[in-house]
Amino acid sequence: MIDSIIDTALSIWGWFPLWSQLLFENLFFIVIIMVPLMLSVAYVTYAERKIIGYMQVRIGPNRVGPRGWLQPIADAVKLMFKEIIIPTNANRFLFLGAPILSIAPALAAWAVIPFNDGWVLADVNAALLYILALTSMGVYGVIVAGWASNSKYAMMGALRSAAQVVSYEIAMGFALVGVLMASSSLNLGDIISKQQGGLSSWFVWPLLPLFFVYFISGVAETNRAPFDVAEGESEIVAGFHVDYSGMAFAVFFLAEYANIILIAALTSIMFFGGWLSPFEGLVSADSLLLGNGMHWFLAKTAFFIFMFLWLRATFPRYRYDQIMRLGWKVFIPVTIVWLFVEAVMVVMQVGPWAV
Amino acid sequence: MSFIEIVFYVFSGVMILGALGVIISRNPVHSALSLVLTFFATSGIWLLLEAEFLAITLVLVYVGAVMVLFLFVVMMLDINVTKMREGFMRFLPVGVLIALLLAVQMVLVVGPENFGFEVEQYASPERHAADYNNTEELGKVLYTEYVYPFEIASVILLVAIVAAIALTMRRRPETKYQTPGKQIMVKKEDRLRIVKMDAEKK
Repeated sequence: MIDSIIDTALSIWGWFPLWSQLLFENLFFIVIIMVPLMLSVAYVTYAERKIIGYMQVRIGPNRVGPRGWLQPIADAVKLMFKEIIIPTNANRFLFLGAPILSIAPALAAWAVIPFNDGWVLADVNAALLYILALTSMGVYGVIVAGWASNSKYAMMGALRSAAQVVSYEIAMGFALVGVLMASSSLNLGDIISKQQGGLSSWFVWPLLPLFFVYFISGVAETNRAPFDVAEGESEIVAGFHVDYSGMAFAVFFLAEYANIILIAALTSIMFFGGWLSPFEGLVSADSLLLGNGMHWFLAKTAFFIFMFLWLRATFPRYRYDQIMRLGWKVFIPVTIVWLFVEAVMVVMQVGPWAV
Repeated sequence: MSFIEIVFYVFSGVMILGALGVIISRNPVHSALSLVLTFFATSGIWLLLEAEFLAITLVLVYVGAVMVLFLFVVMMLDINVTKMREGFMRFLPVGVLIALLLAVQMVLVVGPENFGFEVEQYASPERHAADYNNTEELGKVLYTEYVYPFEIASVILLVAIVAAIALTMRRRPETKYQTPGKQIMVKKEDRLRIVKMDAEKK
């Protein structure tokens, strides 16, 4: 009975032309990645409010649903039914296009993220470059939003954010060059498999300064506290999205949190071995929990998301000139020096380059 | 028409439309954004040519950095469009002449016969195997055969960076700046004086 159903299903599937089969397959995988991603975006906002709440000895949202579990759903529904107000003097087309420009790169980058050995939508061999190119695209949403709103506050926020993102991109790119030198591959799956051998062979140890530079630049790239001058409430109200309301605002919000998850996932892939278990070599690779698997990738990513929230709850906002100084005068020299150190390590064959 | 051809024509169409948008649109910000679109479509065509490194670098460098700064500048400028349109008809013949000259030059220089193709028949280049890595191939050529031109180009860029910094780095007396080292070294005793005094009597 079941066999015959599967057979009919397969034969119906066979009737479709090849291109549509590929299309359906890829759409299916995209949905499998996107739906959990969007759900985790929603629950990262909940986690943020709860965690910061507990850090400040408050309870956080606890009204909607048991322990506040339905709060993100309520927020989403509320935002969906709010009116989208378009300012009269705004550039209508770009005003509505800006949120899309901001969320599209944040989602497109997930195409090359490997979740487990071979579990990747597009196994591109220049994946690292692709990620770098797409994360640098996100700034367009911010700039275009700031300009199209035709408001001084939004414009100021956009300019601040553009300068900040462009500066930190350089440090971020240099940190990725270090990863590239260590793994001698641009493919994220290869980068992970080069880190095989347990906790001690993760790239974070030989590349420790680059890890710090990368993660902090990641915080700056996503315009998160303490680098959130782009939306500094005390000075420019809410920065580039002052004039946005309803779903148009929510899309910016989604993009910001999708970027946080992306940076956290990339940090865990490039410096902490992605899906590899820290106990590799100590326990057999087949064991369900301690062996390699997607749960390690998710756990590491969750830890770095927690770091983002922790940073926000801990540090006061940077002053603008301090941000610029940190990016240009501290991070870029640190990365350049460490690239030289790494080159020497490669030649001398120490650390992960030992033959 | 094969799928690759469809993709090629879509990207080419978008590219030409974007390029037209750069020169046609009245708003300079729209022009800059059209240029971004043009870069994107170009990088799509480069991907079809199996040059993924160049394609992604185009997006990374031009879209991600250069055009952001461009937009930055264009947004800050207050451009009077009507004033710029004055004398459009007067300069039109010169513009058309220059455009024609440019087009002729480009056909002469990058025409098919310079690359050993017959004009009538283009054989599409051989597709590489799936494990072909454009980044690796480029690196191999760049660091062996072309290592001196490559190094010279990087030195020229370095000189440009140094020159740009040298031109702009001057201490003007009226600018206020802080030395972060000194800021961090500040102690409570340097700034705060606690004065003990008796409570005043009526």
